[in-house]
Amino acid sequence: MGEWWTTETSMENYEISSISHVTMSPSRRNNLVSMYSFPLSKSSYSVISAFCTEDNIPQCISYINQELASLGLSSTCIEAISPGDTGLSTVPALNAMYELLQIHRRSMCNLEELEREQLRKSSTLEHIQMSNTRLKDQLELSIREKSGLHETERQLQLKIKTLQSCLKTEKDEVQKLQSVIASRASQYSHDAKRKEREAVKLKERLSQLLIDRKDKKLAIDVLNCLGRADGKRRHWKTTKATSSHEDEMYKSLLSDYEASQRSLMLENAELKKVLQQMKKEMMHILSPRQPSTRGATADDSQEQADLDGEAKGGDASRESLDQYCEHAREQLTNSIRQQWRKLRNHVERLDSQGTSQNQLESNKEVIPRETHEDEMERMRCEVQQCREFIHAQQQLLQQQLNTSFDDETAALLNDCYTLEEKERLKEEWRLFEEQKRNFERERKNFTEAAIRLGREKKAFEEDRASWLKNQFLNMTPFTHRRRYSSSDGQSALSISKSVASNGLNLTKITASLRVEYL
Amino acid sequence: MNFSEVFKQTNQLCKVSPDGKYLATCVQYRLVVRDVSTLQILQLYTCLDQVSHMEWSSDSLFILCAMYNRGLVQVWSLEQPDWHCKIDEGSIGLVSSRWSPDGRHILNTTEFHLRVTVWSLCTKAVSYIKYPKACQKGIDFSRDGRYMALAERRDCKDYVCVFVCDDWHLLRHFETETQDLAGLEWSPNGCVLAVWDSCLEYKVLLYSLDGRLLSTYSAYEWSLGVKSVSWSPSSQFLAIGSYDEKVRILNHITWKKITQFEHPAIIDNTKATVYKEAEKRPGVGSDEMPLHNITMGATLFNTQSKYEICPLPVQIPVVKPDPDRASPKIGISVLAFSSDSRYLATKNDNMATAVWVWDMQKMSLEAVLEQTSAVRCFQWDPLRPRLALCAGNTKLYLWSPGGCVSVQVPTEGGFQVQSLNWHCSGDSLILLGKEQLCLCYMDTDQEDKFKGTRCRLLECSFFLSGLKHSQQTQHSS
Repeated sequence: MGEWWTTETSMENYEISSISHVTMSPSRRNNLVSMYSFPLSKSSYSVISAFCTEDNIPQCISYINQELASLGLSSTCIEAISPGDTGLSTVPALNAMYELLQIHRRSMCNLEELEREQLRKSSTLEHIQMSNTRLKDQLELSIREKSGLHETERQLQLKIKTLQSCLKTEKDEVQKLQSVIASRASQYSHDAKRKEREAVKLKERLSQLLIDRKDKKLAIDVLNCLGRADGKRRHWKTTKATSSHEDEMYKSLLSDYEASQRSLMLENAELKKVLQQMKKEMMHILSPRQPSTRGATADDSQEQADLDGEAKGGDASRESLDQYCEHAREQLTNSIRQQWRKLRNHVERLDSQGTSQNQLESNKEVIPRETHEDEMERMRCEVQQCREFIHAQQQLLQQQLNTSFDDETAALLNDCYTLEEKERLKEEWRLFEEQKRNFERERKNFTEAAIRLGREKKAFEEDRASWLKNQFLNMTPFTHRRRYSSSDGQSALSISKSVASNGLNLTKITASLRVEYL
Repeated sequence: MNFSEVFKQTNQLCKVSPDGKYLATCVQYRLVVRDVSTLQILQLYTCLDQVSHMEWSSDSLFILCAMYNRGLVQVWSLEQPDWHCKIDEGSIGLVSSRWSPDGRHILNTTEFHLRVTVWSLCTKAVSYIKYPKACQKGIDFSRDGRYMALAERRDCKDYVCVFVCDDWHLLRHFETETQDLAGLEWSPNGCVLAVWDSCLEYKVLLYSLDGRLLSTYSAYEWSLGVKSVSWSPSSQFLAIGSYDEKVRILNHITWKKITQFEHPAIIDNTKATVYKEAEKRPGVGSDEMPLHNITMGATLFNTQSKYEICPLPVQIPVVKPDPDRASPKIGISVLAFSSDSRYLATKNDNMATAVWVWDMQKMSLEAVLEQTSAVRCFQWDPLRPRLALCAGNTKLYLWSPGGCVSVQVPTEGGFQVQSLNWHCSGDSLILLGKEQLCLCYMDTDQEDKFKGTRCRLLECSFFLSGLKHSQQTQHSS
């Protein structure tokens, strides 16, 4: 066993020394080896030769087979070629070697992996340790900070307490000072009263002394007495006079009170009228909307009933009574308040509707605002224009009045203005003359035409007269036409005379016509 | 504007008669009566000593001249120059003297306020009123001249006596709830008497004519109280100016405060116009000052000035008063309502260079006038809303709702305007210097048309500048 023991240990030593990485696989054998510190030999061949010699081959083989079996390679066994032979059967030996190599490689891989794992784990461990230390530091720091803040808070609390106490003391002092002031004031008033009494005594003494003195008497020296300012005689002082004074005083007071009461009544009536007006208008504004508001509920009907009630209450015949009835006055103010509240709610509702609805839908409410703003802009522009106009006017006015002090330029300006006027006047005169001439011409034409007309008429009449004469002469039953030609002529003459007179009449008529025409 | 020549006067005694026809001046111990329009001397009276106080009677027929150091009062008649009247108070002394509203009685207050003597010029009779109070304003006559209110102090208590001026009958005598009555004033309609306490306590009491207490008003306690009180001419408002630099307005129906006007040092956020006086200094030239410049030295002081409209915010110079002294120069000391009650002009004592004009209709600040020197005196035109003010220099300043103008008083020798008085017709102003007086005739339509148009132009330009300013403010707002 001892030999066995040493060969085993030397084999183990060889394994250990041939492997580059020194990794201890926990096995019984290793532990046993560590207990015994044998010197490790470096020669490889000597170890192998120490294990297996020429004579213990079967033992070695069986031993190796046992080891292989323990390693789990029971399938491969080393056999001797023949019992008693020193040689080994190669195939199982090679297989065993191969399997051992595989095992070795696997274990190497495992070793590598394990080493890698270990590295990783060690780095993470380091990392975790570092963060741990860092967090520990942070924790310490924050704990320190917290304690610091606690400290400051405590100090501030102390400060608050001291300030509050100061405030209290100040307030107390103020109270004290006020009481001091009050006491001092009363003291001063007391002292002042005492001094005043003294002064009054002195004054009385002084007045006594002064009045008693005989040397300088107070006197009035008037040349002659004056009449009273209002010319009346002085009245005796009687009780009637005093009572009349009282009466007068009360009369003046009363008249003043009456005047103020009248003005207040007027004001009151005015305000009541205004309130009534407002109420009516508010009712008017609210009432048409009643049917159009959506969601006509009992409220609306209630309001309608209220309105009806109000309408009845607004009777003109009742109003004069209402003025003097406090209850009615209260009713009026209450109703105004109610109406106003309704109006305000309504307006608020409209406002909210306007903002919440779509632009398209709320055009009805938006457009008035837009038009309102447009109007405002327009009015602003107008105001601006007016202002500019006024400004220009005032500048011109200033200029004009300033330059009026300068004679030359004033004269020049005046000249210019008058020249312009003259020119305009000339123009107008010219036109006037022209028109006058035209009128004259036309008039002349007319008169000539009238004269011509008159003449033609005359001629016409003469012709007519002669024709009538001829006719008449032709028509006459007289046989002795020739004999009585003279008488004919006479009668003709008479006829012609009449005709002539007719003609004359006609000419007179035409003349008058002409005159009229002219 | 026309300025008359300069006349002499002493003691700022220069008064126009109530009917507006005569001007009485005191020069040393002489009394000079002139005609207002021509300024010709009509009468000349000689008194026995230097005149301390001079007053016209209400019917413009008599003038009272009081000589306090001699205890004498002399009365002169305008109709009868040789009529004389002398009242000698004797050794009892004289502290103040005044006419009664009927112009036939004289009330003399003796020294130490021992009593008030009522002398009748009709009957030479004497009446005495005992225990008159020595205070800021102890006697006041109602505007219609029927009643006189007198403050009395008896047994350390304040009383008010109401006398009927007809026959000096004591109508009412009642105690007031004041600690130390400082003054009393009738309302213009004669039905309410405002009584206020001394500045140690803020208290204003309102009594009706028959002595009933109508109301009490106290804005605050402990600090200095009322400094000045003024009724509006329509009797609608009572303005109370106090040491806290505020004016409080009470209304005549409820006697409660309707508004208060504050006078901050920095004016901001208001629609008021701030006029600042800017001086246009004449160029004082090089080193060679020729002789004629020195002789015309007086004109160097007559610097022209004009008003500029300042944009907001504006800072008004404040002079902090000495806290240890009594009656500190802080608070509203002067209140004046315009004749139509539309405007109220106030002056805050620690902003002595500024005059504040408030619009009573809108209850807001209308204008602030900032001068280069402290304002000495201001007074409203008796007929129009026009304010005249003077600042102790050679200029006269006028404000109206249309604008503001600064006029140089054209006199040689530098006439410093210390105080001014309007003529009752509102057509002229009497400017009083230290020893001189000068009349300023305002422009009227009957005067030279050219001058008229010029002044109207001035008004126009100020109106337009006001318009410009309003434009500016509208633009900025």
